[in-house]
Amino acid sequence: MNLKVITFRNLMRRKGKAAFVLAGLVIGVSTVVGIISFVEAMTNDINHKLEKYGANILIVPKTENLTLTYGGLSLGGVSFEMEEIREAELARVSSIKNARNIAALGPLVLGVVKVDTRKVLMAGVDFEASEILKPWWKIRGSLPDQNGVILGSEAARVLNLDSGDRVRIRDNDFIVSGVLQPTGSQDDQLVFARLGTAQSIFDKSGRVSMAEVAALCKDCPIDEMVRQISEAIPGAKVMAIQQVVKGRMETLEQFKKFSYGISGVILLIGSLVVLVTMMGSVRERTDEIGIFRAIGFRKRHIMKIVFMEAAIVSGLAGIIGYFLGLGASTIAIKFFSENHSGYVPINPELAFGAFIIALTLGLASSAYPAFMASRLDPNEALRAL
Amino acid sequence: MSYIVAEDLIKQYGNGHATVTAVAGISFNINEGEFVSIMGESGAGKSTLLGMMGAMNAPSSGRLIVDDIDVYSLGQEQRADFRREFLGFIFQSFHLVPYLTVIENVMLPLAVVKAGKKKKWIMAEEALDQVGLLDKARRLPNQISGGEKERVAVARSIVNEPPVLLADEPTGNLDTKTTGEIMKLLRRLNEEGMTIIMVTHSSDCAGYAQRLLKVSDGKLIGDN
Repeated sequence: MNLKVITFRNLMRRKGKAAFVLAGLVIGVSTVVGIISFVEAMTNDINHKLEKYGANILIVPKTENLTLTYGGLSLGGVSFEMEEIREAELARVSSIKNARNIAALGPLVLGVVKVDTRKVLMAGVDFEASEILKPWWKIRGSLPDQNGVILGSEAARVLNLDSGDRVRIRDNDFIVSGVLQPTGSQDDQLVFARLGTAQSIFDKSGRVSMAEVAALCKDCPIDEMVRQISEAIPGAKVMAIQQVVKGRMETLEQFKKFSYGISGVILLIGSLVVLVTMMGSVRERTDEIGIFRAIGFRKRHIMKIVFMEAAIVSGLAGIIGYFLGLGASTIAIKFFSENHSGYVPINPELAFGAFIIALTLGLASSAYPAFMASRLDPNEALRAL
Repeated sequence: MSYIVAEDLIKQYGNGHATVTAVAGISFNINEGEFVSIMGESGAGKSTLLGMMGAMNAPSSGRLIVDDIDVYSLGQEQRADFRREFLGFIFQSFHLVPYLTVIENVMLPLAVVKAGKKKKWIMAEEALDQVGLLDKARRLPNQISGGEKERVAVARSIVNEPPVLLADEPTGNLDTKTTGEIMKLLRRLNEEGMTIIMVTHSSDCAGYAQRLLKVSDGKLIGDN
């Protein structure tokens, strides 16, 4: 017989009350865990999607000319009179401080070629990098080799070419290895060849017209990366495409703040539930506490009994609350993000945090009832002597 | 030298015009191994007196000395230790803890004592054996009769072998036959050397004691 036995037996006897305290804390903890897990999963999901958006940094040669295009309408050939970037300079991008945040670097050489009687824009690209830079590309056919090209959907329609056809460009025969499915972008108008092939056609060996960079966006400092790349390639103009990223991140940040506020309120309500229930429990046990005091229990023994009860229930609430919150966030994420895998990983830090929060709240809310219980006058409590 | 010395114990409740004097200056000495009963009509102050003797109800004035210890000069926590080491209590309405088994109830005073689980268990079994309830050790209080509950209360009061046993109407809720059994049990404990102070209404019960203190209007009116 010791205080633990008394605590455990009392909990077993007052299952309803214990369950009520448990429920109060579980709701609070699971809400907090659910929200944190949900926000975390959403952040990861957004980051993942942002990576799928492809390039988010553009590297173009510095030019004093203004682009004479608006809304897809070109009013001059300025675009084709631009400076170029040397591939050797571009290689410096891989040595910037935040190089680990770079998922792909796609050099691109542009030029105008004639197919039959029509002028068409030809792009030489690194198709391996394009898989990351342009994940929305779907090719009917296959990627081209040195002697092949792929066509944008609109280019294929206008030039009346399809997979397997032959096309003559600047006295070279190429096989159309594939046709891009419509992307809704300028890519639909282009003819794509391997970078080396295009550089050879345009006689721009070792030079590129521009480069696209896909930066991994989880905690990536886009502005900082832009600065670093600018420093690495002084002759280039580096631009970030970050409006979408910023917009979504800001929305998420606002949602986070709101959610944490709601969690705080729910935790407070949970604490009040514990406080009220524990006070009720102490009042119910006045006789019992009177006996304990009469037979020689010290105040701290009484407090220990109340605190141990609170610790057992709140610790359990922390564990249950964590898994319940995790389950809730898994379900919620499926509703809010259709493309999400629905998998919310177990986060040991969050699990530990949930346990500590539940324990702290349970003990803090029980402090006053425990104090009141310990102050009970045995003589008054028993009303017998 | 007496084992228990009560010196002019006074207990007043309230203040000013609303002051009620429950015990109005009672003094007596009790020797070690005595069996003393305290009798008096309802409201005479006998339970208040027993509460003061139980180190639970501080007197407004006066002193209580047990085994040379001035009980009310001790702090609250020291008085709790004193109760645990020196006193056993038997309450009129048993006051068993309903969710603990009979043997766990008996072991209750040992819960805050540093001793091995086995030793505590043996001590509780011995106490239960003394009151003849060893066979019901694992039952809950609601599974035994009133007389048995009282015997469990007696076992609980003697499990840590205190020198003094305080009993408040220990047979108040029992039938005649069970009352006789309990009183014989108390007498046996007294014969084994325990000092017993018992508050009772019943002159039959008081007859088991060696000495009778009569209380009326908070005063000691007889010491036989």
